[in-house]
Amino acid sequence: MRLEVEKRAAVPPLCYLLQPVLAVLGAVLAGGVFLALTGTDPVRVYSLMVSGAFGSRYGMSETIVKAIPLALCGLGVGAAFRMLLWNIGAEGQLYCGAIAATGLALMYPHWPSALLLPAMLVAGFLAGGGWALLPALPRAYLGTNEVITTLMLNYVAILGTAYLVHGPWRDPHGFNFPLTAQFAPSAHLPTFLGTRVHVGALLVLVGAALLTLVWGRTRWGYEIKVIGESVAAARYAGMRVRRNVLLIMFLSGGLAGVAGMAEVAGVIHRLQPQISPGYGYAAIIVAWLARLHPWGTVLVAVLFGALLVGGYAVQTAGIPAAVAAMLQGTILFFVLGSEFLLHYRVRVVVRTRQEG
Amino acid sequence: MDATLVSSICQAAVTAGTPILYPALGEILAERAGVLNLGVEGMMLVGAVSGFTAAVGTGNAWVGLGAALVAGAAVSLIHAFLCVTLRANQVVSGLALTIFATGLSGYVGKPFIGLPAAGTFPVVAVPGLSDIPLLGPVLFEHDLLVYLSYVLAPILYLLVYHTRPGLHLRAVGENPAAADAMGVDVVRTRFLYVVVGGALAGAGGAYLSLAYAPTWLENMTAGRGWIAVALVIFAGWNPLMAVLGSYLFGGIDALGLRVQAAGTTVPSFFLSMLPYLATVMVLVATTWGKRRLAAPAALGIPYNREGK
Repeated sequence: MRLEVEKRAAVPPLCYLLQPVLAVLGAVLAGGVFLALTGTDPVRVYSLMVSGAFGSRYGMSETIVKAIPLALCGLGVGAAFRMLLWNIGAEGQLYCGAIAATGLALMYPHWPSALLLPAMLVAGFLAGGGWALLPALPRAYLGTNEVITTLMLNYVAILGTAYLVHGPWRDPHGFNFPLTAQFAPSAHLPTFLGTRVHVGALLVLVGAALLTLVWGRTRWGYEIKVIGESVAAARYAGMRVRRNVLLIMFLSGGLAGVAGMAEVAGVIHRLQPQISPGYGYAAIIVAWLARLHPWGTVLVAVLFGALLVGGYAVQTAGIPAAVAAMLQGTILFFVLGSEFLLHYRVRVVVRTRQEG
Repeated sequence: MDATLVSSICQAAVTAGTPILYPALGEILAERAGVLNLGVEGMMLVGAVSGFTAAVGTGNAWVGLGAALVAGAAVSLIHAFLCVTLRANQVVSGLALTIFATGLSGYVGKPFIGLPAAGTFPVVAVPGLSDIPLLGPVLFEHDLLVYLSYVLAPILYLLVYHTRPGLHLRAVGENPAAADAMGVDVVRTRFLYVVVGGALAGAGGAYLSLAYAPTWLENMTAGRGWIAVALVIFAGWNPLMAVLGSYLFGGIDALGLRVQAAGTTVPSFFLSMLPYLATVMVLVATTWGKRRLAAPAALGIPYNREGK
């Protein structure tokens, strides 16, 4: 008896949709087994997570609040991955966007919202994009591996934030806590219906719509696709690879920077040492699970937002919130593993004939 | 700057470099076989937490080390299975592993945060050698895991460059099709070295929780796994160069701490940035020169016998 692997002639389109769904289900099952093995009731954990994330108005709004930065970073990371640029620096780019937005909010609290908020948005985009350009330049001109360089800059950005809130930007009336002053109302992003869901949600929708348009219907989007699939073919066709590396990384970082701005202006309303529970890293899984599709990214971001909220909810039952990260990783394992089944068919062959 | 200060910084460089050296050596093996393993950071954390919990449970640091080796190897099996058998994208798989293993270590380690270690690796001065002025304390006044690394690096160097298995390892990483034709089992070779790499990463983590700190804290590796991955490139996939590089980075770490302790106007946060910025600059410098350090040719490319 042996396993026979053969390549499929064609992949039915439905499978592309089924794959992430089945992967999530598989991961949930595997996670349940793990929880049971470590002496925790998986049904209890999962039902706590679901009711925490979707069972109340508060839960649902929190899920969306968490989904906003996940989606923005996911759109950015997805843009980079499209060109096989591994931007692992979304976390740091998010922090840089937050820093820039905070700077404006602290310097110009007397500006009207209509001026201050767009300015903060632009600043966030530019700061995040600029931070992404730092590793993008050596990548474009020297071929330096961007996985490590983007990642290292995450630590630098987070340390820089810590420096600012401990030092020059610390609130003088804040009892020595490492926080900036609360933003003036003009620097608050408006929210919906008394929930915490803020205008960042609109940014997500606009971003997804724009990117769907760009990737699907513009010449540039096509260029990016070709470069991602074959740099040699792209060069042969006269496409400027180096310029696109810089452009895409800038866009990618810019979107993450906007996520940072949205967090400080829409949710936290100040700058503090930790403004993200790892959105930039989770966004990588979000984008990959959504197969880099913009609207898929938004959907998966909501799912992962629910995971995060659910993770916090189970803490009240004494289970570490880290269980959410484990589930995220497991989902990605299943997605990666199931890729194989998309393209190859595995059969068990039992030898029935006698040899010789 | 007097001699004893330099000596003390160098000694600290070795101590701080060892948790980077172990995973770097492991990653060299995995990458030489052609598999990029970006899960090192997560594997280190898993090793750190398993080593710590096992040591607390048994009171014996060696049991802790063993547990760390097993844990690192077990977690890396997932990566090996995904990348070698299922031919998944190695970058994403490694990242998934880091996220998963970081979460796993946080989950398992929750009840142990900040506890004092029941069994640790104490500093053992080598009699005689540690009395050599200046150089003695730098090299010979450390714990057993450091001494182990002194032996491990040259052994791996000899293995990779001067033995038949090492030749097979390099062949698999450079041209797996040719190695396959030569009769080398590519799948088994890759599995083996990825798992060994994972075990070594686990050992690096155990060093942190059982000797360096010694305790368990969430995310205590603080990016050392990533620095180790970068170091592999900087060292040209050479175990002996990795030793040099690790101590260099350890030195930057140690220098930052010393400068802070000496009282300086530079805020501590900027000094903490030094290792990360140094990694970026070293990577850029490595790719700057005309002589580009060549990675194993098949690194990151899944091997398919039918040739897709």
